[in-house]
Amino acid sequence: MKRKFLGLVLGATTCLVAATSVMAGTLDDVKTKGFVQCGVSQGLIGFSNPDSANNWTGMDVDFCRALASAIFNDPTKVKFSPLTAKERFTALQSGEIDVLSRNSTWTMSRDTSLGLKFAGVMYYDGQGFMVKKSLNVDSALKLSGATVCTQTGTTTELNLADYFKANKMDYKVVAFEKNEEVLAAYNDGRCDVYTTDQSGLYAEILKLATPSDHVVLPEIISKEPLGPVVRQGDDAWFNVVKWTYFALLNAEELGVSSKNVDEMMTSANPEVQRLLGVKNADGTAAGFGTGIGLSEDWVVQIIKGTGNYGEIFERNVGESTPLKIKRGKNALWNAGGLQYAPPIR
Amino acid sequence: MSSMDDTQAPRVSFWNDPKIRANVVQAIMVAALLWLAYELYSNAAANLSKLGKTFGYGFWNQSAGFDILQSLIPYTNSSSYGTAIIVGFLNTLLVAILGIIFSTIIGFAAGVARLSKNWLVAKIATVYVETVRNIPLLLQIFIWYGAVLKPLPGPKQALNFGSFYLSNRGMTMPSPVFDDGAWLGLVGLTAGIVVALFIRRWARARQTTTGKAFPYIWAGLGTVLLLPFLTLLLAGWPIAWDYPVLGGFNFSGGATIIPEFIALFVALSVYTGSFIAEIVRSGIQAVSHGQTEAAGALGLRGGLITRLVIIPQAMRIIIPPLASQYLNLTKNSSLAVAIAYPDLVAMGGTVLNQTGKAIEIVLIWMTVYLSLSLLTSAFMNWFNSRVKLVER
Repeated sequence: MKRKFLGLVLGATTCLVAATSVMAGTLDDVKTKGFVQCGVSQGLIGFSNPDSANNWTGMDVDFCRALASAIFNDPTKVKFSPLTAKERFTALQSGEIDVLSRNSTWTMSRDTSLGLKFAGVMYYDGQGFMVKKSLNVDSALKLSGATVCTQTGTTTELNLADYFKANKMDYKVVAFEKNEEVLAAYNDGRCDVYTTDQSGLYAEILKLATPSDHVVLPEIISKEPLGPVVRQGDDAWFNVVKWTYFALLNAEELGVSSKNVDEMMTSANPEVQRLLGVKNADGTAAGFGTGIGLSEDWVVQIIKGTGNYGEIFERNVGESTPLKIKRGKNALWNAGGLQYAPPIR
Repeated sequence: MSSMDDTQAPRVSFWNDPKIRANVVQAIMVAALLWLAYELYSNAAANLSKLGKTFGYGFWNQSAGFDILQSLIPYTNSSSYGTAIIVGFLNTLLVAILGIIFSTIIGFAAGVARLSKNWLVAKIATVYVETVRNIPLLLQIFIWYGAVLKPLPGPKQALNFGSFYLSNRGMTMPSPVFDDGAWLGLVGLTAGIVVALFIRRWARARQTTTGKAFPYIWAGLGTVLLLPFLTLLLAGWPIAWDYPVLGGFNFSGGATIIPEFIALFVALSVYTGSFIAEIVRSGIQAVSHGQTEAAGALGLRGGLITRLVIIPQAMRIIIPPLASQYLNLTKNSSLAVAIAYPDLVAMGGTVLNQTGKAIEIVLIWMTVYLSLSLLTSAFMNWFNSRVKLVER
C-alpha cells in the first residue's frame, strides 16, 4: 500500500516537472500543436465577440486570424480563450495562451514589471463616460458625487481615480470582474455612470434596451493604445506577432487588399514585391518571411486570410457596422492618423 | 528483562525488520516531499526569471491608484497596495463576523422551530431548510443582489423611513459624530459590562445557597444600556448626528450600507443558517427524552427544561459541526468577488492585476484564510472544551 502510494507521488511529481519545463519557443510550440491559442475578451462587439454558434468576430479576433494565416495559411487555425480583465495577464504569463489580443492597454508597468511585451497598437483609444440622457449631464466635469461602474483590473479603474482627483470631484466606484456585470449594474441603476474605453462604450451601448436613452460624454480622459501582447523572453515569437501587425499596415499603405492581392503579385513596385515575397526571375527571394520562421509568401497568406488593416477596421468597427466608428487616429500616418509601420526591407 | 528478550529473539535480516523498513519508507517519503518542494520552488524561480520578474513584497508600499467602494479604515487612491489589501481583509472580516452571528441566530431559531409542536411553524422551518441548503450559494448571492437592486428606486425616489433612505445605492442613514467627551460613553459602557458580570456572579451564588432566582439577564442588560446613557448625559450629550442630504447624484453625509454588502451578508447568513438549523435539530434530538421527563419530575417548567437541561447537553453535540459551518462561511465570503463587494479576494485580485505579483498575492490569500480558519477552530475548540461533559 505504502509503496503504491510512493509510486503515485513520484509519478505525479515527474509529470509536474515535465509539464512545466516545456516552454521552448512559442513559434515551434504553435507549429507543433497546429493552432494559435488566442486570449480574447468575453464579448465586446467589434473587437472580440462570439455569435450563437461560437464563431468569433472582431478586430482583436481578426488579428489572431491574421497570425494563424501567417503561420498555417489558414485563418481558422485559432482557438479562443475568453478571459476577464483580471485573468488575462496571468493566462499569458503561465503559457495558457500564446498571444493576448484582448483590447488591452499598453502601459509601462505592463511592459516591464508584468513580464509582457506589447507588439503594436491595433486600436488607438481613450477612456470615456456614458450616462443616461435623463440625468441631463453634458460634460464629465459635472459628474461630482456620481457613482461609477467599471471593470476591475483595468487601466480604466486607475484613470478614473486620477481624473476625479485632478478635477477635485467626489465619486464612488463599483468595480466588477466581468463586463456584462458592469453593464447589468449600470442598467439596474446601481451607478450613474459607465466608464471604459470609448470604443467599448459604443459597443456596450448597443446591448442596452434603448441605446438612444444613453449618451457618451465628449471628454476623453486618457490614452488607451490597445494591442496584442506576448510574453517577454521569446523574441522570435515577438517578432512574428509584431511583424504580422506591421504587415497588415504595410499592405494597406501599399494598396494591397484581399481583393487585389493576386494581381499585386505581378506589381512592378519593389516595395510590394518585398511585401508579398515575390520571387526574382532566377527563383531566389529576399527571405523576409523565412527570416522570421515563416514561409516566403506569409503576407499573401495574411491578406488572403483576413485582408489588410483597413479592411479589418471597416469590417468590424467601421462606418458600415452598427458601431460606426471613424478611422480618426487609427487612419494611416499618411492619411492623418497614427498607424505607422516600419518598412519591410 | 526486556533487553534479555531482545537478545534472545531470533535475529531477522535487517531488510525484513519491520521497524527498519518503516523507517526507510518514512525517510524516502520525507526525501520525496523535500524534493517536490525544491522542484516547485526552483521551477517557479526559473519561470519567473525567464519572464524577467522577481519574487518580493516590494509592491506593498507602492501607491495603489484605484479607489475602493467600502473601507473601514481611511483609504484614498494614493494609499499603498498594502493598505488596499488590508481594507479587503477587514471587509472580509466584517462580513464573516456579522454573518457568523446572524447565521447562528437564524440557525438556532429555525432548528428549534423544526421541532415545534405547532404544525405551521415546523413546516415553515422545514421548507426554509430544504430550499435554501439545496441551492448553490453563488446563485443565492446573485438572487439577493438582484432582489436588493432591481425593485428599489434610484436615490432621488428613495424609500424614506424617517431619516433612513433605502435606494438602489444602499441603505443611507444618519451617522453619529462624536465631540469631545464622547469617550465618557465608552467608559460608561465598560463600567456597565463589569457591573453586569458582578450581578451575574452574585445572582448565581445566591441561587446556589438560597435557591432564589434573580433575573440577572434583564438586570445586566439594563446596566449595560443605562450606564453609558447616564455618563453621556452628564457629559452634556456630546453626540451629534450627521443627516444624509440628497444633492446632485446621490446622498451626501450620513452613512451608507452598500447593496453589495447587504446581498452578501444576507445570502451567507441565510445559507449557513439552514445548515446550522439541521445541526441544532440533530443536537436537540440526540438528547434522550428521559432527560426531559426527569427534569419535569423535578418540577421544572417547559421553557426552563429546554434552557437548563436540554440545550446545555445538546450544545456538546452541536459545537464541533458548528465550528465547520463557521469556517465554511468565512471561506464562502470570497464569493463576494462576483458582486463587486471589495473583500480580500477582490482587492488581492486587483493588486495582482496591477502589479503582476501572482505568487505573492496567492500566498497572502492562503495565509490569511488559513489563519482565519485556524483561529476560528482554536476558539471553537476552547469553547467546546468548556461545555463538554466533565468526566471524572
